Order: sequence, then C-alpha cells, then structure tokens
Amino acid sequence: MSTVSTPVDVAPAVPARKRPARRRTITRRGFIFSVIAYAVAALFLLPYAEMIIAALRPANQLLAPNLLPSHFSFHNFTSIWSTGFGGNLVESLEIAGGATILVLLVAVPAAYYSARHRFRGRSLFLLLVLATQMLQPAAMLVGIQREFTSFSLPPTLSLILVNAGFNMAFAVWILNAYFSSIPVELEEAAMIDGSSRLGALGRVTLPLAAPGIVTALIFTFIAAWNEFIVALTLSLGSSHQPLTVAIDSYIGQYSVDWGHLFAASVIATIPVIILFAVIEGRVVGGLTAGSIK
Amino acid sequence: MTTEQPRLSYRPALPARVALSLRPLLWIGPAIGLIAVVVLWPVVVLVKASFQNIAVDGFVEPGTTTNNYSTLWHEPALAGVVFRTCIWVVVVVSVTLVLSLALAQLFNQRFPFRRAARTALIAPWAASVMMTALIFRWALDPYSGAVNVILHALGLVKLGSNTADWLGTPGWALFWMMVVAIFVSLPFTTYALLSGLQTIPDEVYEASRVDGAGTWRTYLSITLPLLRPAILVATTINVINVFNSFPIIWEMTRGGPGYETSTTTTFMFILKQSFIGESAAMSVMNFLLVIVVVLFFLRATRWKEAVSE
Repeated sequence: MSTVSTPVDVAPAVPARKRPARRRTITRRGFIFSVIAYAVAALFLLPYAEMIIAALRPANQLLAPNLLPSHFSFHNFTSIWSTGFGGNLVESLEIAGGATILVLLVAVPAAYYSARHRFRGRSLFLLLVLATQMLQPAAMLVGIQREFTSFSLPPTLSLILVNAGFNMAFAVWILNAYFSSIPVELEEAAMIDGSSRLGALGRVTLPLAAPGIVTALIFTFIAAWNEFIVALTLSLGSSHQPLTVAIDSYIGQYSVDWGHLFAASVIATIPVIILFAVIEGRVVGGLTAGSIK
Repeated sequence: MTTEQPRLSYRPALPARVALSLRPLLWIGPAIGLIAVVVLWPVVVLVKASFQNIAVDGFVEPGTTTNNYSTLWHEPALAGVVFRTCIWVVVVVSVTLVLSLALAQLFNQRFPFRRAARTALIAPWAASVMMTALIFRWALDPYSGAVNVILHALGLVKLGSNTADWLGTPGWALFWMMVVAIFVSLPFTTYALLSGLQTIPDEVYEASRVDGAGTWRTYLSITLPLLRPAILVATTINVINVFNSFPIIWEMTRGGPGYETSTTTTFMFILKQSFIGESAAMSVMNFLLVIVVVLFFLRATRWKEAVSE
C-alpha cells in the first residue's frame, strides 16, 4: 500500500524567506516547465489523433495529401461490422478475459502464500517467477507453436493459456509486495474474533489488497488484449482471430484497407484507455511494488 | 511478521510430514504448473526442434539428419541481421534512457494539470505496439502521409518522390522504426524512473543545497547515483523488450526488402514459414542472448537490495 501513496515531490518547495525577485524567477521556471510538459504530452497523443483522423476520413479523401479532410465521415465505423470485426472483438474479449481470470485464480493464492509463509523452495519459486518475467513468447515462438499444435487445443484456449502464463509473473510479484505490506496481525485479529483462516483471508486481506489485485489484473488484460506475435502464429488460418491479427489482415499483398484498419484500431483502443484510466494513479506505485515491468 | 508452519513438539508420522511439506503446493502448485506448461516446456520443444529436420507442415522427417545450426551459420543474410540487431538494441535502448531521464525530471516538477500531462504520456504504452507502428507507416506514405505533407510544405521533400519513400529505403526505414521503438519504450521507462525519483528523500536534496551544490552538480552527484537501481531495472527490461520486438518491424517493412531491415526476431519469424528447424536454431541463439541479459538483471537486482538496505 505504502508505495501506492501520492507521489512525493522532489522539487524543493519555495522557501518563504526568499526575496520576491527570486520567487518570480522560480515562477517563470515553473511556467517554462509546464509549457514544455504540455508540449511533450501533446506530442505523445499526436499519433493517436492522426489514427482517429485517418479513421474518420471520407472514402474519396482517404489518400488526399492534406493533414485534415474537408469533412469527417463515420462510414468506416459502420461498414467495419460487415468484415467480421464483431467476431474478432468477441475473440479478443474471450482471450483477454480468460487470461485475466486464470491469472487471478493462479497468482493470488501463490502470491499470498509466498508472502505469508517461509517454506522450503520459496526462494526457488520466486526466482522461477522472476525468470519467467524476463522471457518473452517471441523468443520461443517455435516451441510454443509446436507444443500447442500437438495439444490440438482450439486457438482461443491456447492463447488464454499463453497470455496467462507470460503475465502471471508480474501479477505474482506485484501481489506478493501488496500482501507483504498488509500486517499479519489484522488477519490474526479476525481469527481471534472467530473467523477461520480462509474467512480472515476473504474478509480482511483480500479487500485490503484489492487495489493491487485490480492493478495486476488490468495489466494482464491489456497485455493479452494487445498481444500480437503469438496470436498471429496460433490463430493462423483459424476463423477465430483476435483484434490484433484482424487488424494485420487488413494489410493485403498489394493494397491496405487503411480506413477499416484505423477504425478497428480506434475501437480496439477504447477499452484499454478506460482500463488505464482506472489504474492511472497506481501505475507509478505498481512499478515500485513489483520493482519490474 | 510471517506465520511459520505450526511448530510441533513431537515428530509426526511420515504421512503427516509428507502432507505438511506438500501443503505449499496446494497454493503455489497451479502457478508452477502454468509456468511449466506455457514457459518451460516450449523451451524444451524449441531446443529439440533446433536439432530436427522438420517439414513445412510441421512433421519431423523420419530417418533424416540435419544440422540447422550449420545451415543458419552459412545463411548469407545472418551477419547483417545480427549486426543490425545489435545497432537496433543499443541505439533504441540508450536513446530511450537519455530521453526518459529528461522526461522523468520534467514530469517530476510541480505544475498545474501534472496528472493529466502524465496520463497523456501513457498513450503509447496502452495502445498496441502494432497499431502505433501502423500509424507511423501511414504517416510516412510517400504520396499522402502526414510527415511527408508537412515536409513537402516546408520544401524539404517532394511528395511522391523517392526521398519521400522512407520505408522503401533500408537505412531510412531502420531510422523510422527506431523512432517508433523509442516512442513506445518511453512511457514505461519514464514511469520507472519517476518511481525511482520518488524513493529519493527530500532530506538528501536539502543537505546538498546546504552544502552549496548547484542544480546540475546535485543531479550528477545525488540524483543519478540514487537512480541507478531504477536505471538498471528499466534498461534490462528495455533490452529484452527491444531485442524481442516484432510488431514494429513486421508492420512497417515486414523485414524487407530481402532481410535488409530484419532483426534476429523477424528473421526467425520469416525462417519459421519455410525452415522450422533452422528457425528454432535461430531462436535458441536468441534465447541464449536473453539468458545472458537475465543473469545480468538478477545481479542488478541483488545489487539493488544491497543498496536499499
């Protein structure tokens, strides 16, 4: 919890005893800083503004050499549903949702137990989790493809497993830090009051760890939602393709369906923005808690 | 602070002892199982595949032997691909770090609407990397891309000319892909450094001010050394991410023309479509490099623990 508190400002506060002239220069400095910061923020949003503009271009102005079209049109957003995009959306929801639930079921007990107990193999387990965090599916793509092809599972299920497996490490780390920061005395107090161990966990510890759990789950959901290379490999030729693969398939051999491509991208990004807004204040703290990622 | 296993005054019977020592498995077993199936076993399959002769349909050719590593070694494109990968990782990671240090300092200042400005910084992190890469590909279109439209208006580039075809020229394509890679790496790195900045207590700065150190001197002698753990962690993670980066190159040039804009990761992916065994050998080489980075990271974190204590 402590790491998630409001950011501490390192910039020294203006001492009151300073002369007014000094104070004015600091104000000017602050003004310059804020102008630069807003400019940087705008620069970071610019490509995504361009994405929205491109998606809203009327068909006859799609490739017009101007920064803004003469008017906007929503035809890409209405016609995209006939390209099977709804199915891709559902597929992505299933994969990201499934992976998130699986991470919740697997990471919470592991993080709780390794935070509360010192057992043989504990550091080995945490080391294994840390090592997983360092590995990327792209590095072992052939292995993943051959293993999951031999399982002959439906691609949706395979992608749920792969996304859960590669994102669980981060969840375990961040939750381990959260559970460790919750005093065990709170659980003991609940148990003295007649709760069982699991009752104390459910009524005391889990609610206190809820911010950490939500953060870990949202990170998992976003990572699975945006994942591309494994999805491209495992859903090849399947009728169940998630959004990222569908967006890639708007790129043809000789031409690119840019209008639908960007409309799809805009729609795919909306859930992510909502989720990131939920955890915005915790991103910095979440990074410290997990120390990684 | 932790509850130990219940301490027993007598030595329990063997079944009870086995049950006790297995209890952690009830809690951490599913996690280990998932890691084993999704992360560890693919490594075994990968290494095995790198020694097999595998047909395009994925089946092992029986009774044939092959040396994928030797085939890979004699691949004419390999030297260029490896060299490009090194340049790609070093340039992207170092430029990202330098820019992030500046951004972290900037966004750590107190100014109105700081929270909103910080949130905007997250955008490239939240959006899928492949989408960001596609936006840049679109904006670099030689006839109508926004970048070229602006450069044309400034008189620097003529729309539709060869100079406007950035992604068709391997050198410039690599340059723009690096720009995208840096752009998408900045949010995470900046946030990691911001959280590092917040762990530095105000007193340290006060002390340095009392000692008469200037802003720049304070930054070099106080901030930077205390940020070292955050820098190490962020750098290591960036090296791994950038090394394995696939969507940027895939969406902007597909690694072409030829393999001229490929890194080892896209090279592996292209090989996989026809030469699975050789692609596996490329992955194993990639993998060994990643393990070197992981070991570096583990040393770095231990170093970090020593510092924070």
